[in-house]
Amino acid sequence: MASDTTLTPVSIPVPPEPRRAPISVVGPIAWVRANLFSGWLSTAITLALGYLIIRWAIGFIDWAFINAIWSVPNNQTQACRDARGVGACWAVVTEKHRFILFGTYPYEEHWRPALACVIFVGLYIVSAMRRFWRKELALIWIAALTAIGVLMWGGILGMPFVAQERWGGLPITLILSTFGLAFAFPLAILVALGRRSKMPAIKAICVLYVELIRGVPLISLLFMASVMFPLFLPEGMNIDKLLRAQIAIILFAGAYLAEVVRAGLQALPKGQYEAADALGLSYWHKTGFIILPQALRMVIPPLVNTFIGFFKDTSLVLIIGIFDLLTAGKTAIVEPAWQGFGVEVYITIGLIYFCFCFAMSKYSQSLEAELNQHRRR
Amino acid sequence: MSDATADPRFKRTAPKRPMKLSWSDERVRAIFWQVLVVGILVAIVWWLVTNTQRNLEIRRIATGWGFLQREAGLPIAEHMIDYSPTDNYLRALMVGVLNTLKVAIVGIILATILGTLIGIARLSKNWLVSKIAGIYVEVIRDLPLLLQLLFWYTILQGLPGPRQAINPIDGVFLSNRGLLLPWIQWEGAHTAALLAALVGFVLTWMYSDLMRAKQMEDGQPRRIWPIGILLIIGGPIAVWALLGAPFTPDVPALRGFNFRGGLVMSPEYFALLVGLVTYTSGFIAEIVRAGIQSVHSGQWEAAQALGLKPGVVLKQIVLPQALRVIVPPMTSQYLNITKNSSLAVAIGYQDIVSIANTTLNQTGQAIEGIAIIMAVYLSISLSISLFMNWYNSKIALVER
Repeated sequence: MASDTTLTPVSIPVPPEPRRAPISVVGPIAWVRANLFSGWLSTAITLALGYLIIRWAIGFIDWAFINAIWSVPNNQTQACRDARGVGACWAVVTEKHRFILFGTYPYEEHWRPALACVIFVGLYIVSAMRRFWRKELALIWIAALTAIGVLMWGGILGMPFVAQERWGGLPITLILSTFGLAFAFPLAILVALGRRSKMPAIKAICVLYVELIRGVPLISLLFMASVMFPLFLPEGMNIDKLLRAQIAIILFAGAYLAEVVRAGLQALPKGQYEAADALGLSYWHKTGFIILPQALRMVIPPLVNTFIGFFKDTSLVLIIGIFDLLTAGKTAIVEPAWQGFGVEVYITIGLIYFCFCFAMSKYSQSLEAELNQHRRR
Repeated sequence: MSDATADPRFKRTAPKRPMKLSWSDERVRAIFWQVLVVGILVAIVWWLVTNTQRNLEIRRIATGWGFLQREAGLPIAEHMIDYSPTDNYLRALMVGVLNTLKVAIVGIILATILGTLIGIARLSKNWLVSKIAGIYVEVIRDLPLLLQLLFWYTILQGLPGPRQAINPIDGVFLSNRGLLLPWIQWEGAHTAALLAALVGFVLTWMYSDLMRAKQMEDGQPRRIWPIGILLIIGGPIAVWALLGAPFTPDVPALRGFNFRGGLVMSPEYFALLVGLVTYTSGFIAEIVRAGIQSVHSGQWEAAQALGLKPGVVLKQIVLPQALRVIVPPMTSQYLNITKNSSLAVAIGYQDIVSIANTTLNQTGQAIEGIAIIMAVYLSISLSISLFMNWYNSKIALVER
């Protein structure tokens, strides 16, 4: 065949320039046609939704920015009251932001809870980075939590002592969720291991604990902590209300996290257990070196999702009167001058919660994609 | 655990070793650890119980359930059964349980509908629709429920009074007194019709089971819906007509400073319902989306290649597979709605937590009060789990 072609030389035609795909297939116009106006129903929905969104957005911008009142001189809220319904009264946030963020903490010392919050955020960022996922991370946590305790209580290094009753706002939310997780997590691992244990008594106790806690709302546990807990303790011994709520949150979080960890333990192939047994490792060596590192890694995304849930759930302490971020916001608008501006305050607090939860949720998604990379191929 | 040894041919029992009282024997260690843990637990519980007994003696609180028969004297705004403050605590608590169920059941139904719609919207080919659904899910799930409840309640309180009520459709009023809807005057015939519908539903179910069994025998598909419609819709209408077809519309109207008549949703109930439904629908939407996406696109294509109609593909091929993924997490969302309805106490809707809390404050019976709350939620949670587990086992893949 090859010799045939050499005999009769053929002029090879110059391949034509590749033509651009028609504009109806690629480019922004095509995208709009395919994604917004692909049929009469789709067109109608797009137009209707577009109209509603534009109308709503204009209304919101009018209310939140153009007609809004950003500050008023010394609690003269008349201007705000006149703008009711047309413009937002951000003045309530400008006026009360220190109270919402830090509660009744002494005003001159507000830098301490602020610094504590920064340490908390730093701690979260460090824990989120994979290069810090080592044993030393536990030391970082202990150091950071100690520093936060010193900052909040004070009493040394020239910082005046501040009693726990005066703490409030964002630091309380962060303390409740962070300390809650720091203690609930080890508890959860123990309970999850216990639930898969072959010892019937230990298994029964763990099942009972998990199912009992998961069957009742957090509020009932918080009520228990606030009204029943004092009855449990011997005469004269008294535990601070914040600590009692913290214990309730730890017990609650422990049960839910235990189920997440158990899912990881179950998902681990049986061969891993058997191989560890075959090597003659003891139970704790097997668990600590072979099982947990793999099982926990597998459940990090659902763990982060559970964390988000607890971060939000700490707001329930409002019901037993602990001064967290939401309670501080609710209290800020009790004052007669500022009554009726709840929406503005709740939007602000919502933004703070949203920042934390959204960051965690995006992080969990990216982590999931990263951890699942080997499965995609 | 023992699936590898399920086949009796491979079953081998380890030789029984005599138990030695030595630390190297696994069984001895197991007993030791269990005795230790149970012992510590019993000691802690015993310590707590004795402390509690002493504290109760000191505070002169008598334990027991006698307080349930005492006059409650607590006013309850919303009650589905007759109640007045002169009734006893038991009745007040029953009102609370019914109020919890009222918000939980309605919430579960509405959240399922809204969540499914949003979940489907997220998969829409229309970019705008899927984006909006995505933003909704993300925002709703990242804000605490309690904050959302307070937000809705504040908005409802900020609405104009009854005289300037928002009146979008005739007979519907939205004001700071809540939402009012037109309703009918409820009579015995309506209850009978409702029962007839329930009976019709059960009969239809049995009928469809029977027909499916017949289809298995001869391969002939049979129509179920004509009989179903007759039983579910025709039956109740016949019962209602036989009982005299009573129909008196009850439209709310402004009388003086407030409304009269109609179906009233108090601001507390309305705010709680809106908050619970919007919050949970965000989670349900994600579950529904994951469920639909879990069905491989090859399933759609294969079914279409067989020449099945799109409706049949959805009903017989896709939904049964998607539901297997959807139902288990949906169960926990239903449980969450029920448990989250306890946040009612923060906005003053009188559910079981709120009433039990007032009861324990008035009587000082803290232990009994908390026990009641926990018992109520545990039994509701257990019933929902049992029902959903039954449903799940019914739709689960039958493996041979």
